[in-house]
Amino acid sequence: MDVIIESLPQYWDGFLRTLFLAAVSGIIALVAGTLLAAARVSPVAALRGFSMAYVEVVRNTPLTIAFFFAAVVLPRLGVTFQQFEIAAIIALSAYTAAFIAEAVRSGVNSVPVGQAEAARSIGMKFGQVLSLIILPQALRTVIPPMINILIALVKNSSVAGAFYVLELFGYGKQLANDHGDAVMWVLVGVAFFYLLITVPLGYLAHQVERKVAIAR
Amino acid sequence: MSSVLYDVPGPKARRVSLIGSVIGVVLIAALLAWAIMTLAQQGIFQAQRWAIFGQADVWSLIANGIGATLAAAAIAAVIAFPLGLLLCLMRISDVAWIRIPTRIVLEFLRGMPVVLMMLFVLLVFATSSFIAVVAGLVLYNAAIFAEIIRAGIQSLPRGQREAGLAIGLTSFQSRLTIELPQAVRRMLPSLVAQLVVLLKDTSLGYIVAYGELLRAVQVMADFLGPQFLFPVFFVAAAIYIAINLAVSRLAIWIERRGSKKAAGGVAKAPTAGVSTVVK
Repeated sequence: MDVIIESLPQYWDGFLRTLFLAAVSGIIALVAGTLLAAARVSPVAALRGFSMAYVEVVRNTPLTIAFFFAAVVLPRLGVTFQQFEIAAIIALSAYTAAFIAEAVRSGVNSVPVGQAEAARSIGMKFGQVLSLIILPQALRTVIPPMINILIALVKNSSVAGAFYVLELFGYGKQLANDHGDAVMWVLVGVAFFYLLITVPLGYLAHQVERKVAIAR
Repeated sequence: MSSVLYDVPGPKARRVSLIGSVIGVVLIAALLAWAIMTLAQQGIFQAQRWAIFGQADVWSLIANGIGATLAAAAIAAVIAFPLGLLLCLMRISDVAWIRIPTRIVLEFLRGMPVVLMMLFVLLVFATSSFIAVVAGLVLYNAAIFAEIIRAGIQSLPRGQREAGLAIGLTSFQSRLTIELPQAVRRMLPSLVAQLVVLLKDTSLGYIVAYGELLRAVQVMADFLGPQFLFPVFFVAAAIYIAINLAVSRLAIWIERRGSKKAAGGVAKAPTAGVSTVVK
């Protein structure tokens, strides 16, 4: 167990980098995913098609492939990164955006038709209907699944550790190499820091879900 | 679906949307063209780079990779499902000292990255990377399966359990013979969708040096030279996506089929009863 206390500085550094990766990718994915969802329900056929193709392909692509592409293939195509973090953020946000888009779309579909009809009947345009009436209600329903996607994002960020980013998992691998005799405790420590993020978020999702369920 | 947001378009709206479509197509085409031009500048489309797919060795390596991917996924799924059922039964047990520890274990398993579990099994138990991959997938997915089936059981009408208990079944018999079969059937689409996740997660085996598809690509690129990385990677990614899309379609098909049956039977029965009472 001493090894955990001894390595606390590394754990802390990895913990902060994991949070950073998840937060930045999460924000990018939220914006991109909402735009994709808006494209998916828009009257313009080309945008609908593009959004559908993107979501279908990315949701069925393993995350490791996305990382492999960003970290190994892109640099050989001439897109080089100063830091591996940037490749990780690209892979994570491109991947997560597809899931956010699906969640937002199902949220849009859960809003009663009458809401949109009422908005249209008082003369609102598509953009107004979407931004003023539908999305605010839809986002409310999709907050619990959205939190679950963010939990998955935190866990997914561990893949970055395998692609030269020193976040929690990356440090875990390194520490396990350095402390061959106490591998178990090293990894238990890593697990603890992941649970420190994911378990409270899961609890939050559960609470919000109950609140929304009562309000409807 | 789309009719939620806008009326059936008239001539003017159709024209606007047509113009929008054309602009959208042009923009997306321009983006694609730019990507293809950039790739072409790197010499990606030279015929010699793709000629390797004429060699049988390349395909046999890819086939080995696919085989390793599917083997890990299939074995993990076959072990994880019964384990998930067991965990679900323990999670909803009437006995507190079974229920509470199971709940803690499930929270723990669900909150951890799969790749961390794989690494843990690999290093702590000094196993082969195949066993590490399967063990990681089993631990995580059994927990998810348990939660899915639990949601299924909780979605059943209360009367199912009450009726079982009323005819003298024990709590466990009622769970096993009445609730569980219905819950599994109800949650079949979610369970199949989770199989896609499981299949995708086998690619994490790459990180613990398991010889799955992505690792086969890496090995091939190391052997043939970096200029072949893109073609081999492209083909491997396409194969992965094709397999996963097929399983996703299966999930959607089961969902449609199930919802048709449910509409005729179980789901409508209570509403029909209520409406007759009101009338």
